[in-house]
Amino acid sequence: MTDRTAWLRRGLRAAAAVAVLALAGGCATLPPNVGQDPRDPWEAVNRNVFVFNEAFDADIMKPLAEHYALLPSFVKDCLSNMFANLRGPSNAVNNALQGKPAEAASDVGRFVVNTTVGLVGCFDVATGMGLEKSDEDFGQTLGVWGVEPGPYLVVPFLGPSNVRDAVGILGVEPFLDLNFYIDNATIEYSVLALRFVNLRAQLLSTEHLIDDAALDRYTFIRDGFLQRRRYLIYDGNPPREIDPEDEDDDDGPPPPAATPTAAAPAAEPGR
Amino acid sequence: MFEKLRLILPCVLLLAAVPAVAQAPSAQAAPDALVRDLTAQVLDAIRADSAIAAGDIGRIQKLVDEKILPYVDFPKMTRLAVGRGWRDATAEQRTALTREFRTLLLRTYSGALAQVKDHQVQMRPFRAQPADTDVLVRSAVVPSRGDPIQLDYRLEKQDAGWKIYDVNVLGVWLVENYKTQFASEISAGGVDGLIKSLTERNKSLAENKKA
Repeated sequence: MTDRTAWLRRGLRAAAAVAVLALAGGCATLPPNVGQDPRDPWEAVNRNVFVFNEAFDADIMKPLAEHYALLPSFVKDCLSNMFANLRGPSNAVNNALQGKPAEAASDVGRFVVNTTVGLVGCFDVATGMGLEKSDEDFGQTLGVWGVEPGPYLVVPFLGPSNVRDAVGILGVEPFLDLNFYIDNATIEYSVLALRFVNLRAQLLSTEHLIDDAALDRYTFIRDGFLQRRRYLIYDGNPPREIDPEDEDDDDGPPPPAATPTAAAPAAEPGR
Repeated sequence: MFEKLRLILPCVLLLAAVPAVAQAPSAQAAPDALVRDLTAQVLDAIRADSAIAAGDIGRIQKLVDEKILPYVDFPKMTRLAVGRGWRDATAEQRTALTREFRTLLLRTYSGALAQVKDHQVQMRPFRAQPADTDVLVRSAVVPSRGDPIQLDYRLEKQDAGWKIYDVNVLGVWLVENYKTQFASEISAGGVDGLIKSLTERNKSLAENKKA
């Protein structure tokens, strides 16, 4: 256990060092309205960490993932399934904590079937039996309990989060994930590292879609993350948020052309 | 022998044509049926055309233009994404915004379609009253390996039938995801600033695709 706390302390120190470096570097270009979004008061810091993370990804994670992607498909499938299986107990506990006993039972069933018949999770036999894969974590559980997400947070190395999810996923989730209970520290951290590479490799074929679609990468990823988390907390059925702007469906005729074009140059130089 | 063939051939051709006509999705149909038929058609076309699988953007765009565009309400999509700024935009600016946003979405969508291989579409239970004019249609695209991809649509009933005006991928609504970006472009450079950004993005995407 002392070994573990030492690791944790070292990790925290490294993260703090990165945050300081990222701030001191001041490499992110900040938009004029930085920090004005109520969901993202720490935008100035977040943008700097975001730039650091992008560089870390380009220099280290992506090349690793590209090498990993060269593995034969059946090996990658097996590893993906095994890693997903390590999440089984966490899914079960979180579903139980969220008051969903049927889902929790299904997660237990999945875990038992895939660990035994599926050869330590290499084959996902359970999905074929109608036991669907869950995607739960303690951040979602806190959300179900009514904890607000708090400010958006870009975590060094890991990426988008918020205060609630950082507490749930970085603070509590490690104890629910089977990775934590691998006895040998070398194997434990190797498996953890491989899981991140595997996860990264799964994004290789689609990541360019964000490059294409986003006007501002940071905002696009942030807003997507916030929507996705809300969706997960409501298990895919979030209530519709009605924007009062959307309601005046009869948007009325456009104003005469002279008004905005005359106003625009006056507003421009100040920016 | 040839006489017979001459009689039979048109009949065969006619028969072959009938299912094709029947398959064309009707905007008057129920919204979930419309989405189901539309997706099935697009996936069939991708399977049948190796150029699309190879990432031929021109071919993909032709497919999108023919099969999907008639069922999408881009002006509404653009208006929702632009939000407050739409009210101050002139008719010309609105047209330009819609045109550029549409081009951007089509390019992104074409890029996504190029990734599709042997995917299957699964429709999820549809809950709506017959009188509803604004509905949510839920589906999932199931790849041969990996987890299903949630794909939901918002449709509005218009005079010409149902039209899609928003898409949700893995829990992320498209229109919602552009709102903040559009708003900050407008606050920085006005509506014209946003049009300029969109136009430049489309131009650089077009150049990348050519290279």
